[in-house]
Amino acid sequence: MARVSIRINGVLHEADVEPRLLLVHFIRDVAGLTGTNIGCDTSQCGACTVIMNGRAAKSCTFLAVQCDGAEILTIEGLAKDGQLHPIQQAFWEKHGLQCGYCTPGMIMTAYHFLQMNPNPTEEEIRHALEGNICRCTGYHNIVKAIQYAAELMRGGAPAPTPAD
Amino acid sequence: MFPATFEYYAPTSLEEALNLLRQNPEAKVLAGGHSLIPAMKLRLATPPALVDLRRIPGLSGIRLEGDQLVIGAMTTYYDVQTSELVRQHVPVLAEATDVVGDLQVRNWGTVGGSLAHSDPAGDYPAIILALGAEVRARGPQGERTIPIDQFFVGMFTTALQPGEILTEVRIPVMGPGTGAAYVKFPHPASRYAVVGVCAVVGREDNICRQARIAVTGATLYATRATAAEQALQGQTLNADTIRAAAERAPEGLTITGDRVFASEEYRTHLVRVLTRRALMAAVEKIR
Repeated sequence: MARVSIRINGVLHEADVEPRLLLVHFIRDVAGLTGTNIGCDTSQCGACTVIMNGRAAKSCTFLAVQCDGAEILTIEGLAKDGQLHPIQQAFWEKHGLQCGYCTPGMIMTAYHFLQMNPNPTEEEIRHALEGNICRCTGYHNIVKAIQYAAELMRGGAPAPTPAD
Repeated sequence: MFPATFEYYAPTSLEEALNLLRQNPEAKVLAGGHSLIPAMKLRLATPPALVDLRRIPGLSGIRLEGDQLVIGAMTTYYDVQTSELVRQHVPVLAEATDVVGDLQVRNWGTVGGSLAHSDPAGDYPAIILALGAEVRARGPQGERTIPIDQFFVGMFTTALQPGEILTEVRIPVMGPGTGAAYVKFPHPASRYAVVGVCAVVGREDNICRQARIAVTGATLYATRATAAEQALQGQTLNADTIRAAAERAPEGLTITGDRVFASEEYRTHLVRVLTRRALMAAVEKIR
């Protein structure tokens, strides 16, 4: 067993864990934050994406012990004071989801991507989403949601329109 | 999926890491973990111990030393992509890094991990091989420098000896008259190279003075397409000479296919096509 402490959404979680415990299990089972989903479990689908030390990370591809001392942001940490984060709001308004399983990972990848590229083209968004798979194949609205989120975050928020 | 059980060590110095490898000869070195951990979860790899390099200072970072760009083994693809030094001195590396894996993999996968892993479908082995780099490693006998042409020796196998740790890769900066490009046909789900080709050309008075072409995906490990290189040597660089050279790219390569996704015949075809595209793009980028 190894002692690890990982700060998730501002809260420090300390536990003795087996070295083989994956970060995603630490988040879900130790910290009790089940918004981060396990999808393929083979590092391809991106459903388990979280932000670690500022960068998007597939939490199924890290051992918890590797993340000792890290700062993690999960989907639960995005909304503040009951207000959805602009990316969450954009997914809502543009209907950027069907079954919703890939959504937390899509949103966390978008969170990192929009910080690097606040005004992306559609092609750049699709390239950024290569590590996130939506098996409902709802990519069009996901891309629209991220474009809309970028507008909201740049402050030039147009009036909300129905999902098109 | 859980990996099988193992002991975990996170040494804080290279000496300590080398000692741990001596005491645990079956241990695996853990860098970014983006190849090793998936393999461990599938139980394709069941090392009894991991020696994590992440706490060892000095293993990541990019610097210029004379006419070499030096990249520490623990440097991530993200660091390479966002490095002004890379953009200035080896621009092909910044461009090519954009097609490695996906965003999350680039955020955390490491340069040293990719080279030491020698994945038959990895991107960096071909790119670094075409660039004519050298690799530094530390082991029980001290430090040594391995020319990249001697580094990849088999599928998932390199010239690194048991107990040795790759510490940095040294890439010659690209001078005037040189251009390079990496072109790949990615597997649509995994983004691994079905075939990838990196071409580096040097031109003087419109004549090809140097060409290095390396192939990944089609072969068991990154390999140079020497027949195509020789076909270009001393030639004027134009669409016809490039096409003729690219036709010869598969010569001497042991190309392997699989029945599920891409046959040997198809990969052989891709080697020709992508070699031509990589050479054309490399010539266009000559500065």
